[in-house]
Amino acid sequence: MPVGAPPERYGNITVPELLILIPFTGAILCFLFPEVLRRLTGLLSAALIFSNSAILTRSIFQDGARRLHLGGWTEPLGIGMSIDGLSILFILLTAVVGLLVSIYSASFFSAAQEQVLARHFWPLWLFLWGALNSLFFVSDIFNAYVVMELVGISAAALAALSGTSASLTAALRYFLLTMAGSMAFLLGVGFIYARTGLLDMYLVGTVADGGPLMAMALGLMTVALIMKTALFPFHFWLPPAHGEAPAPVSAILSGLVIKGSFYLLLRIWFTVFQNSTVTTHAAALIGLLGLIAVIWGSYQAIIQTRLKLIIAYSSIGQVGYLFLLFPLIFMTPDPAWKTEAWTACIFQAISHGLAKAALFLAAGNLIQASGTDDLRSMRNIADKLPMTTFTLALAGVSLMGLPPSGGFVAKWMLLQSILASGQWWLAAAPILGGLLTAAYVFKILSQSFVSDDKKSCCGNVSFVMEKSALLLALFSILIGFRANEVIFLLSEPVFFIIPGGQSP
Amino acid sequence: MNLNFWLPILMLSSSFFTGLIIFFLKEESTALRTTLNLAGSIFKVFAVHFMAYRLLVLDNIHQVSFSMGLGFDFVLRVDFLSLMFLALSSNLWLVTTIYSVGYLEGSPNRSRFFGFFSLCVTASTGIALAGNLITFFIFYEFLTLVTYPLVVHRETREALEAGRTYLWYTILGGALLFLGVVWLQVITGPLDFVDTGALEALGREYHVSLCIIFLILVMGLGVKAALVPLHGWLPVAMVAPAPVSALLHAVAVVKAGAFGIVRVVFDVFGRDFAGFLGLLGPLAVAASFTIIFGSLRALSQTDLKKRLAYSTVSQVSYITLGTAVIAYFSAVGAIVHLVHQGIMKITLFFCAGNFAETLGLHNIRDLRGVGRRMPLTAIMFTLAVFGMIGTPPMAGFISKWYLGLGALEGGSAWILVILVVSSLLNSAYFLPIVYSMWFELPSGQWKTIRTSRFEAPLMLLVPPMFTVGAAVFAGLFAGSNWSPLGLARQIAFGMGIYP
Repeated sequence: MPVGAPPERYGNITVPELLILIPFTGAILCFLFPEVLRRLTGLLSAALIFSNSAILTRSIFQDGARRLHLGGWTEPLGIGMSIDGLSILFILLTAVVGLLVSIYSASFFSAAQEQVLARHFWPLWLFLWGALNSLFFVSDIFNAYVVMELVGISAAALAALSGTSASLTAALRYFLLTMAGSMAFLLGVGFIYARTGLLDMYLVGTVADGGPLMAMALGLMTVALIMKTALFPFHFWLPPAHGEAPAPVSAILSGLVIKGSFYLLLRIWFTVFQNSTVTTHAAALIGLLGLIAVIWGSYQAIIQTRLKLIIAYSSIGQVGYLFLLFPLIFMTPDPAWKTEAWTACIFQAISHGLAKAALFLAAGNLIQASGTDDLRSMRNIADKLPMTTFTLALAGVSLMGLPPSGGFVAKWMLLQSILASGQWWLAAAPILGGLLTAAYVFKILSQSFVSDDKKSCCGNVSFVMEKSALLLALFSILIGFRANEVIFLLSEPVFFIIPGGQSP
Repeated sequence: MNLNFWLPILMLSSSFFTGLIIFFLKEESTALRTTLNLAGSIFKVFAVHFMAYRLLVLDNIHQVSFSMGLGFDFVLRVDFLSLMFLALSSNLWLVTTIYSVGYLEGSPNRSRFFGFFSLCVTASTGIALAGNLITFFIFYEFLTLVTYPLVVHRETREALEAGRTYLWYTILGGALLFLGVVWLQVITGPLDFVDTGALEALGREYHVSLCIIFLILVMGLGVKAALVPLHGWLPVAMVAPAPVSALLHAVAVVKAGAFGIVRVVFDVFGRDFAGFLGLLGPLAVAASFTIIFGSLRALSQTDLKKRLAYSTVSQVSYITLGTAVIAYFSAVGAIVHLVHQGIMKITLFFCAGNFAETLGLHNIRDLRGVGRRMPLTAIMFTLAVFGMIGTPPMAGFISKWYLGLGALEGGSAWILVILVVSSLLNSAYFLPIVYSMWFELPSGQWKTIRTSRFEAPLMLLVPPMFTVGAAVFAGLFAGSNWSPLGLARQIAFGMGIYP
């Protein structure tokens, strides 16, 4: 197991530990402080987390993957942390989206009637951030369960933030589902422990066999994580939960939280059960569900008339792409194309995270300006909110997968590996999905080309809110130019072994 | 400063950043916007000519390439063919800019219009410069995105409807092209336009896939090139303002498709290899069918712009037809028609715009006797019409002559029949307009929409003068080395298909 150079330290604390410590401390402080101080604490924590993530990324980029042990205790007693190219990409994604969403929220909640929301928002959000960071570092399955619970609880609480009855219903449904998922996951952990007596992901991976208990564990964990990632047919909870929440919360839920459970699914499939148990049938089934999700989610997005619901349904479609990874990895003979498929899906996760967060923040701007997110309120906005329109357009380009955006890079590699693997039926996803995506993106954008003289648009939106949404959208485009670095990080020796192939 | 690297970049930026800046200008700052626009387009014209000098006289190779990390490079490369397309697009951008400033005077949303207009030119510049199919695809998709706002510019229900149709067609075409490009990349790796022959080197087992890829690529490009039955968007998109239609038909969208087909046949597959695979015959048939079909549909149109649109459907396919015949002269005819069709068609649209803007004439019936009221415009229209029909010595004659020679040389005499029939049809739908303009009496009082010292505002008169002049000179001085024909010969020579 590769162990990299010693990490940067501040006294006794290493950077990865800081990445968990800062958000949790910030959350507690935010809970205690009054309003202005709370906002400052939140922003300061976000800035600190971002800068530490950047430092850690650089060091991983230079020195490669590493493992750490909290407090110096090694397994089986201690809590291990593993940081490789994959985790650092997700850490960085969370940091970028998190920082910009935090800056956005600092203005978003400033209106007097929302003070009550901000009081809950900051602690919950920082708490969620800490949980997500821990999730990306996690290296044993029991801790995975614990941090997943943290993520689930804080995310469900955030979904209920606006306090309307619609959002409470949605949040409760989300909460119940995520609880059910966690229970299933815990059961899977129990099976694995019963069979192997181990919890550490890599150690389990070395001894795992294809017996019924392990197969059961894999099935339970997979279903649990698929539910949380909102793969078709478990997607029903997502549109109300994401659509009813306040804009920054929607951005966090859609951009980051569903990526967390997907990340864990990758760990489970490619680390814990790396060379056993998994059958091509299961992989094909997941791929099929992904394909249906792409088409169904995009179709649902087309027929919505509220901006936030379009964006929420679009998440279901876009998440579908991620699951094409499984059939591509398990049914492709050539390792080079496996790597390609692997990179494609991670790229999709990242560019979707950025673009989707941008879209939700832009929708928040629109709501703040015109009071509603009905598509017709988009009329006239091009004059009043040019930046918001531009944000919607840029993020839309990335979602559609038009060059040179991040979404294009993802779809390009995806289609390439699909064609190379000869699984033609999967090609429907990028092609048809791209067309359907274009349909709903232009359904949004075409409204902004209509002037409606009867209705004068809208109030003002603060500079910061418009710019932070725009920055996210720009990143989702610009990442298309930096594909090299991402590919490099993913090709680092990671704690992943892909059956029958090289480590990607 | 290394000009070989920077010149292509400057060429793209001259319109790209102009467009971006214009978006942020206030609606009222007309003078600043116009200055910026003109500065950008004049700069571009100079840059193209400078580049032409460097390429043709000094033999400098302009190339920009950087890795996208995806197994391919982003390549901009200037060869003769790109130079020709660049020269066309930059010059026509300049005249169309002048025309649009006059045309849109006082109308709303001009910042949006000119911003997207410049981006549209950036896209067609990129298409010209692209050094491989992937770079081409990137700009091709960009073109789709930035032309949509121009099509819906009027914001009427009809315009939005047309925009939707346009998008469905072009995005579908883009998706097909995407599939084709990726598939080709999977089989062969990245292919620069200069390495023709790589496909030929592939084994026999790939031939079926290559045929399918060719079909997919041509279908994807055929949407923009308006090959029947993929032409449906073009007549509908006529709701756009006249300068948009002019640019769309002459250089940007339609030409991008035709240019792409030329690239795919000549520079990706190689014409001889495509012929060997038996792909060119069907392509020629499709093009011929489009030529006849477009002309027939044009006959029955009563709206002037609609008739011009169907005429475009038919005329652009000459380019495809020329590429699809294995003969020296056909290649030259196809390449030269790329330019000739552009300058003639843009003149026609400018004139149609003048009729509509000054006298409110849209229908062909209303044009009776307009030659007396607007003689200059009518003269220019007539000249362009003769060019389109292919009367010597106009530019259109040169194209048809070479295409005809090529058809004989390539042993496909049936194409000659197509050309003759098409010319007859062209006369049948164009000459009645000319006749009624000059020889019939006006049906009533002219209602003047816009008054000006001349028959139309000067900014609407000068641009078509330039383009019609170009069409005449391109025909008269076709023998010169620097005429479009001379360049087309050099291009065909450089490709090794012209002796």
